[in-house]
Amino acid sequence: MSMAGLILLLLLGGLLAWQAERIHPNLPRWTALVTVTAALLYLLAAAPTEPGATMAGPHYSGSWLLHLKLAWMPRFGIAFELAMDGLSLLLLVLTLLLGLIAIAASWSEIDFKPGLFQANVVWTLAGVCGVFLAVDLFLFFLFWEVMLIPMYLLIAIWGHENKTYAAMKFFIFTQASGLLMLLAIVVLAWQGLALTGQLSFSYFDLLGLSFDPRLGWWTMLGFFLAFTVKLPAFPFHTWLPDAHTQAPTAGSVLLAGILLKTGAYGLLRLCIPLFPDASQQFAPVAMGLGVAGIIYGAILAFAQSDFKRLVAYSSVSHMGFVLLGLYAWNALALQGAVMQMVAHGVSTAALFMLAGALQHRLHTRDMGRMGGLWHQAPRMGACAMFFALASLGLPGLGNFVAEFLVLLGLFSVQPWLAAAASLGLVTAAVYSLWMMQQAFQGAPDTRRNMADFDGREMLAMAAMMFALLWLGLHPQPVLDLAQPVLDSLRAAAPFDNPVAALDTAAAAVPGRGL
Amino acid sequence: MTAIWLIPLFPLASATLLLLSAGRLPRQVAAVLGAGSVGLAAVCVALTARAFLADGEVREFTLWTWMAVGEFTPRIAFYIDGLTVVMMSVITGVGFLIHLYSVEFMWEDESICRYFAYMNLFVGAMLLLVMADNLLLLYLGWEGVGVCSYLLVGFWYRDPANGSAARKAFVVTRIGDTAMALGLFLLFTELGTLDIQPLLAAADSQWQVGDTLPILATALLLGGAVGKSAQLPLHTWLPDAMAGPTPVSALIHAATMVTAGVYLIARTFGLFQLAPPTQEAVAWIGLSTLLLAAFAALAQHDIKRILAYSTISQIGYMFLALGVGAYASGIFHLVTHAFFKALLFLAAGAVIHCLHHEHNIFRMGGLRTRLPVVFWSFLIGSAALAALPFTSGFYSKDAILLSAWELPGIGHWLWAGGLLGALLTGIYSFRLVFVVFFGEAHTQPDHQPGWKMSLPLAVLCVLSLVGGLLVLPLGNVFPPSGHHAAGHTIEYISIGTPLLGLLLAYLLFLGRQLPVDRLVDSAPGRNLRNFWLSGWRIDQLYDALWVRPFTSLSRWWRNEPVDRIYNAVVAFTQWAHHKLAALQTGELRWYATTMVFGLMLLLAIMLRNAT
Repeated sequence: MSMAGLILLLLLGGLLAWQAERIHPNLPRWTALVTVTAALLYLLAAAPTEPGATMAGPHYSGSWLLHLKLAWMPRFGIAFELAMDGLSLLLLVLTLLLGLIAIAASWSEIDFKPGLFQANVVWTLAGVCGVFLAVDLFLFFLFWEVMLIPMYLLIAIWGHENKTYAAMKFFIFTQASGLLMLLAIVVLAWQGLALTGQLSFSYFDLLGLSFDPRLGWWTMLGFFLAFTVKLPAFPFHTWLPDAHTQAPTAGSVLLAGILLKTGAYGLLRLCIPLFPDASQQFAPVAMGLGVAGIIYGAILAFAQSDFKRLVAYSSVSHMGFVLLGLYAWNALALQGAVMQMVAHGVSTAALFMLAGALQHRLHTRDMGRMGGLWHQAPRMGACAMFFALASLGLPGLGNFVAEFLVLLGLFSVQPWLAAAASLGLVTAAVYSLWMMQQAFQGAPDTRRNMADFDGREMLAMAAMMFALLWLGLHPQPVLDLAQPVLDSLRAAAPFDNPVAALDTAAAAVPGRGL
Repeated sequence: MTAIWLIPLFPLASATLLLLSAGRLPRQVAAVLGAGSVGLAAVCVALTARAFLADGEVREFTLWTWMAVGEFTPRIAFYIDGLTVVMMSVITGVGFLIHLYSVEFMWEDESICRYFAYMNLFVGAMLLLVMADNLLLLYLGWEGVGVCSYLLVGFWYRDPANGSAARKAFVVTRIGDTAMALGLFLLFTELGTLDIQPLLAAADSQWQVGDTLPILATALLLGGAVGKSAQLPLHTWLPDAMAGPTPVSALIHAATMVTAGVYLIARTFGLFQLAPPTQEAVAWIGLSTLLLAAFAALAQHDIKRILAYSTISQIGYMFLALGVGAYASGIFHLVTHAFFKALLFLAAGAVIHCLHHEHNIFRMGGLRTRLPVVFWSFLIGSAALAALPFTSGFYSKDAILLSAWELPGIGHWLWAGGLLGALLTGIYSFRLVFVVFFGEAHTQPDHQPGWKMSLPLAVLCVLSLVGGLLVLPLGNVFPPSGHHAAGHTIEYISIGTPLLGLLLAYLLFLGRQLPVDRLVDSAPGRNLRNFWLSGWRIDQLYDALWVRPFTSLSRWWRNEPVDRIYNAVVAFTQWAHHKLAALQTGELRWYATTMVFGLMLLLAIMLRNAT
């Protein structure tokens, strides 16, 4: 298949959706729907699942499926270079699926400039797909910006009451950290030049070089900051609640479902493999931030009265598990982190769709003004219950597999951190069930008349429920897709874990060997 | 063989159907599906049990590999031995009776579809819990029953008090569940598997009795068991969980889910035998819980709360049995308790149903003649609960007390405590009978229970009476306990104690020979009663220790303290902007002056560097 074609299809489809508004105001959403469906079908039909024979490069030759390299700015060693492996494929499928959900969620929500709106949605998807495919770091940065700007516009134009503030905050946080990444990319390329004698921004050329430890440390930090702002990790998360709360439903779905995952992807693909030594030194700090995010996010989620803000803070909490899993850097924890990227993408997208539907019907996000909604809208209530349970990690659903694998993997390297992080399992129950209580349980307001989910909305919800059940009960296809990638990433950047941390922990418990 | 995977499938499939119907099925269909699926599961269990009893062979059945990451390969697979057969029989047998009863009890409720969906889901999850061949699948069932308990306690969601009770039940047990999850991490990290039988074998070969790791691992598992089985210190959710419909209390909060902790410890007893300190802790937890709950039960006036505290207390006996190594006796008491406690809850439900949702026992009274079926059910249930001679409860409780007596060292203390508990059980259970069914009538029943309610009561009456004669097929599961060398005196004491309790209850609450009112009206009496009524003020303690700190912290942080850092950056930028903007006055004179000074400064620097 053609990876460039996929991105091009989305870019052109967005353009078409924009212009379709001139013909009929309902045409853009159909254009967007057809474009994304076509892209998804193309991906599913054409993507190979066996490694290609033509892969160049000393690293990872086993796990890449596709590779494309076109000359772009040869003088600077910059090429239009894309590559796909199981991990990118998985995330591309997630991106396009949630793209469909986003379009479905905002089907009848947007009256103002629907063409430009749908164009921005589709262009965001194009940018994200580019990020998941680019293996030239300059190109990666370019796509990083491409996904930022349409998302900024989505919040700034179609957002809610405080949209300008939220959009600016989102833009400045991402842009400032993106600048650090650009700086780090340039330094990295220069280091590559000094070591190999040729200037290249290609991931394959830069991987495995042994950088000066001091410089490597600072460069690693540049990447780390860019990606953890996006993830977001504590304490760089404060843009997220504002952006989520103010964004239109489609914006929240895309933001939570896939944009956050680009941060995790960057850490996994670039930050840790390029700087294994610095990353290993830094791992305790990163994992500490992960645990802090899990607990801090959960406490703040509980404190919110705004439905969307609550879900936003729950994202901060759940993404802490991703950070933990990545920096534990063993087979179990990494699989957990990847699974969390997918499962959290689905469950949070569903919760934001619910929040959007509630706001659309009730004109408020304040849970203090809801209550007893189960009576008027039992289907919405049942969906909310399902995804609230997914979010609190109910076994049988994808999020449980993710969090269990992360904690299981983490436990073998850092048992005490795993114990601290598992507090998140309790706090997730506290805020998820509190959300259900405030919005859907309690005495119904009989004067209120609210429409329940219609067929379109139930279809989207059913798809996401099915996905989570499938991930929870038979996650093996996803695990198998990611496994070779994670293995070769770990082989390329081994963390040596000489400390069997559990033994030290056990030794700290008095009475050993009685 | 094929019947095995059908067992959990029937209730799960029925639950799925009921959920997908979104309440549009007619109530007749919902009732048939709800009760019928559990009935079918019970038939499959009976077939499996018959085959098992015939050859005594352990059966294993794998559906698929759940996930495989490196060595971590938990399967969706079942392991059927004597213990599983016993548990499955209780779950589907008693479960079916309770479902049948529910058909009448919940008939008028508009959400009967949702009710049966949750109940079926519960039965399915509970079956997975006891059938699982590995701890991860067990954990799935474990959390699944927790969620169903949450959904059913908060079934009547319009009253926020029910919602709060449901959340409390879920969150408190989740604390235990999290400990259990950590136990699973520890076991897998150390032993490399979560499949129960290989795990026990590996533990046996890798660990010595008294090592730190088995102690740590069993302590973490015990955390889960304590939460689910409502034992100290995580018992506080169970009395509040009575907010759910009464058949729910009978099924989940008496017969099945709350005994999951007992099952877990019995299932992994090989680990506990490697960890004597944890094993002893199990006994002490059981003893203190059974006494604490029995005292609390004495002071309650809500009929369901009395039964809830008595459940906590009876599970305390099961923990006591596990703690002294009498695993089979613990499971035996689990079974008989499932019979007589389900009976008591269903009878209480009939009382509540016929008295327009009255819960206060002091507003009942005199129901002996008005609700005869219920009265006899309650009498038989109470007799079994109090362990009066030749009822089922007598055989199982007697076995536990004897095993405690025979334990060297602390055994006599445990026995004496258990005996005190038996006395208290006699008093509070017959207090309930005398107050509700004798004396003056305060409320009139408006109808009699129909056959769907009476039949389950009758069957459970029989089981509560003769259930003590059952011989459970646990011989190959647990090590044989050296049987019973205690003297006849010990036997007579344990037979006599419940009778003494009955007598005291009679004197206090029916004959009124003892001045119970004067006792309670005195200042210390009143304080003590309020103390026990509040469940030893443990709720208030936890409120102060955990709940209020958490809520105040979250309120304090509500407006994102981290943002202050970024706001400070913004403020600094704006401040600098204003200061620098002030330099741009638009006056040529000012620009010229600053330019000259700037040039002079530059010149000075250049000259300095040149020299």
